[in-house]
Amino acid sequence: MTVIEFENVSKSYPLYHHIGSGIKDLIFHPYRALKLLKGKQYKAIENINFTIEKGEAAALIGRNGAGKSTSLGLVTGVIKPSKGKVTTVGRIASMLELGGGFHSELTGRENIIMNATLMGLRKKQVMEKLDSIIEFSELGDFIDEPIRVYSSGMLAKLGFSVISQVEPDILIIDEVLAVGDIAFQKKCIETIENFKAKGVTILFVSHNTSDVEKICDKVIWIENHNLKEIGPASQVIPKYHAQMV
Amino acid sequence: MKLTFGYLVDLISVITEKELKVRYKSSFLGYLWSMANPLLFAMIYYFIFKLVMRVQIPNYTLFLITALFPWQWFTSAVGNSLFSYIANAQIIKKNTFPRSIIPFCNTFMEFLHFLCTIPVIVVFLYVYGMSPSLSWLWGIPLIGLAQMILIFGLSLMLSSLNLFFRDLERFVPLILMLMFYCTPILYSADLIPKEYHWLITSNPMSVIILAWRDLFMHGVLHTADIITMYATAIPVLLLGTFVFNKLKFRFAEIL
Repeated sequence: MTVIEFENVSKSYPLYHHIGSGIKDLIFHPYRALKLLKGKQYKAIENINFTIEKGEAAALIGRNGAGKSTSLGLVTGVIKPSKGKVTTVGRIASMLELGGGFHSELTGRENIIMNATLMGLRKKQVMEKLDSIIEFSELGDFIDEPIRVYSSGMLAKLGFSVISQVEPDILIIDEVLAVGDIAFQKKCIETIENFKAKGVTILFVSHNTSDVEKICDKVIWIENHNLKEIGPASQVIPKYHAQMV
Repeated sequence: MKLTFGYLVDLISVITEKELKVRYKSSFLGYLWSMANPLLFAMIYYFIFKLVMRVQIPNYTLFLITALFPWQWFTSAVGNSLFSYIANAQIIKKNTFPRSIIPFCNTFMEFLHFLCTIPVIVVFLYVYGMSPSLSWLWGIPLIGLAQMILIFGLSLMLSSLNLFFRDLERFVPLILMLMFYCTPILYSADLIPKEYHWLITSNPMSVIILAWRDLFMHGVLHTADIITMYATAIPVLLLGTFVFNKLKFRFAEIL
């Protein structure tokens, strides 16, 4: 069963800083302002097609700025494609950026409750899982401190502990685990493998190609906003390496 | 994501709780501060208009607070709504929950603050030898809902538009100040000369504020007022929903 499908997907962003002057511009140069609103576009990804089957683990690789994070954003549904169609099936849990989905003034515990609810869990379910989430996070007494005092590794732990316990159908992870310590990274990889064994679909961005080779069945290589190659890790990674160096 | 009513209730309670926590983090008196502002204003206006200018309105303190408290709800909710998406950028960029929940929770939280001020009104009623009336039981929900719809409509519109036109941050507080003086809060409606009456009638908050005052001070509720306030609040909500729906898919891009 296909759980993630990209059909001819393009995404372009208007360059919003052009409308920075806001109402003043709109009043004094209405034509120019409207033209800018429609005009300058930044193409983040162009005409991308791929499918990911249920239970597959796929990695997105490519240079910085190639369009990987935009693709992940499209899968989670926080942004809509400008052209084409993105279809997903099931509950998505995502970790798109460090501290994403958290409020810096709230404690770790309060953030877990908010974050898990936003991912679609009922409050009662969250309360049942709260202890196991906290245990997974290894944050100890810091769990009751506001997260603005957390280090980036601790933020990654908090974020990953929530998505590890919400029973997603699709798990999306952007390159954020790299900031955790080796032990935690290992634990995350194990968790991801457990998820995979349970039939959860995994899509992640990583620059750590040895992790990718270890976990992934499929690698999607995005180069310069376009799909460059798609295939098994053993086939795509060597070419990717060759081009990067 | 499937949306059930129960889940929406959970979402609203979690986000409202979060807003309250963020606002009163490390403050001892907590929500009591929300009363400080209108009470101080009432004191100042009482001094200026009753003691200095000698306005001939009976029970002037009560007259002031019965309008100032609901006004405070309106003005804080609308003023804060400008920032409701900006302040929640982190959760918008990550999750796909219904975005309208955020301005709703903002409206709802200010409503809770308003509810907390009602006991103060009761105390002042007794000070002036009056007492609450039974009609509050249906009057407060009826007017409250109308004001809620109006504020939510405005909030949906302003919170979305402010992401694209940050000028609103400067503009809206000015309009709110203008509206404050165009609403019969400090004065009674019949004191206004006939030729300026349109100032009051064109302002959607006037009818609501006057209805609150009638309800709190005299226990009366006019059907015509109720109809007027819903007739303005509902179109505002529809307009707000329209603007919001046009823009909502771009929130995550611009934040």
